[in-house]
Amino acid sequence: MGNRQEILLTGAGGQGLILASIILAQAAVNDNKNVVQTQSYGPEARGGASMAGVIIDIDSIEYPKVVNPTVLLCLNQASFNKYLPKIKQVGECVVIVDSTFVSGPFREEYKVQSYPITQMAREKLGKEVVANMLALGVLNAATGLVDREIFRESIFELAPKGSGELNQEAFDLGYHLYEQGSGRDVGQSAQTNQ
Amino acid sequence: MPETKPVLMQGNEACAEGAISAGVRFYAGYPITPSTEVAERMAARLPDLGGVFIQMEDEIASMAAVIGASIGGMRTITATSGPGFSLKQENIGYAIMAEIPCVIVDVQRMGPSTGVPTAPSQGDVMQARWGTHGDHPVIVFSPSSVYETYYLTIAAVNLSQKLRQPVILLLDEVIGHMREKVTIPRDSKLMVEKVSDKVPADWKPYDEKGLTPLVPFGFGHYYHVTGLFHDQYGFPTGDPPQVERSLDRIHEKLEKSRDEVVLTNYIGHKEPRVVIVTYGCSVRSARAVVKKAYWNNRQPVGLLSLQTLWPFPDREVKELAKKADVIIVPEMNMGQIISEVERHVKGEAEVIPLNRYDGEMISPDQISDLMGRWLS
Repeated sequence: MGNRQEILLTGAGGQGLILASIILAQAAVNDNKNVVQTQSYGPEARGGASMAGVIIDIDSIEYPKVVNPTVLLCLNQASFNKYLPKIKQVGECVVIVDSTFVSGPFREEYKVQSYPITQMAREKLGKEVVANMLALGVLNAATGLVDREIFRESIFELAPKGSGELNQEAFDLGYHLYEQGSGRDVGQSAQTNQ
Repeated sequence: MPETKPVLMQGNEACAEGAISAGVRFYAGYPITPSTEVAERMAARLPDLGGVFIQMEDEIASMAAVIGASIGGMRTITATSGPGFSLKQENIGYAIMAEIPCVIVDVQRMGPSTGVPTAPSQGDVMQARWGTHGDHPVIVFSPSSVYETYYLTIAAVNLSQKLRQPVILLLDEVIGHMREKVTIPRDSKLMVEKVSDKVPADWKPYDEKGLTPLVPFGFGHYYHVTGLFHDQYGFPTGDPPQVERSLDRIHEKLEKSRDEVVLTNYIGHKEPRVVIVTYGCSVRSARAVVKKAYWNNRQPVGLLSLQTLWPFPDREVKELAKKADVIIVPEMNMGQIISEVERHVKGEAEVIPLNRYDGEMISPDQISDLMGRWLS
């Protein structure tokens, strides 16, 4: 099971997590990996806590649900509170949060990486809706799950018509944010001034 | 071979694509979670292919429309979930009796009644078998992956045509909704030959000698179609010997094609002590366990996954019961297929249930814990 990556993308319904999970899964397919994507259905996906899981493996994937997350993305406080305790390998699991909405508490052993994802989407690109692609940029920069170029092409392929380039730009901005970000500084960037 | 490229696809979408590859050009249905994506994909694809998509006023009418289109010569499919499947039952019985091919997809959700619409379940196994009244034959497939959904849909359409028999595809919410990497042939044409090309000169719609191809209405033959017991020409009869012969005949057509109809897959040890028998999404959990126990640790275990639930794979299960001490039957219901397993094992092995009905998948840990108890 050494190659099995279990990625949980969580946040509020409407933040674009389900589309992000589909793009991540498609990018992994284009990168020649085995993939299973699942998501929460029902009312929660339309406003409440939304969750999508992506499993990527070189081997074939049998059990399709996330049981032992290796990457966790939280785009709001409620999902951070709910999904952080699901981590079994504390310190091993890469935890990325959006400091625009998540304010902690960041316990040291979880090594939470915090980036102003939505804030950057709003300020630098003028559109909050691309925060999901920006988050994918940060996530892929931090984990190297999928080849960067293949990922960019997959975004273009699946983004709503006419928005391909904007979404790619958001993805690249995510990389940029990761490269600057204090990464392991336990969410220090969460307290940056607006 | 046509160009192939791996794609990310949902189980429900694969079902629609499989139907289209098998020549289905007519869909009538009423949307219901978790089956709606089948309808969505058909609505998007059929008009460009010269096909017909109709959203009917309810499930009863949808089933009737499918039967009507089928007897008009089209290959047809409809999709629903448990509550809608209940409504379709009367017309499914009619299609079985009048020997009209069609494919009915039931993407199972947690019941009874409206239940938990978005939670998976395997609670319709017996509804698929006995949902409609009378001693009827039935074919039910249950895929365990997106790819399997694609090719079992093709098999369902073709068998349905060949045997003039409705075929039910029993998906579950997990398989219907999950996306997976699949490689399917592009622009594939996997149709069987058109039956109407091979009609003998003395064709009768319900020939006593055996299976005759369906000649659609408007293709030169006149006959009567009814849910009543009927003679060779389709006209109603209550004559006891004829009634008995008719019922025998519709059952025999399945028995004669058993090898094509009953599909299973075994992985694991040649002389297993513990065997898991399961279907649908529960196969995924079981396979994770058996791969680890057998491939990594060489333990005497095996997994029989049932792609066909009905007619029940009795021979395959009997065969395993001769070798195994224990047969574990995981199901996401309170125990449905297990009674059939017990009936055929006849005490030759111990049959142990593993049931879960809280709307969550059976986990690999649940299976390996139970299996471990019998291996030590």
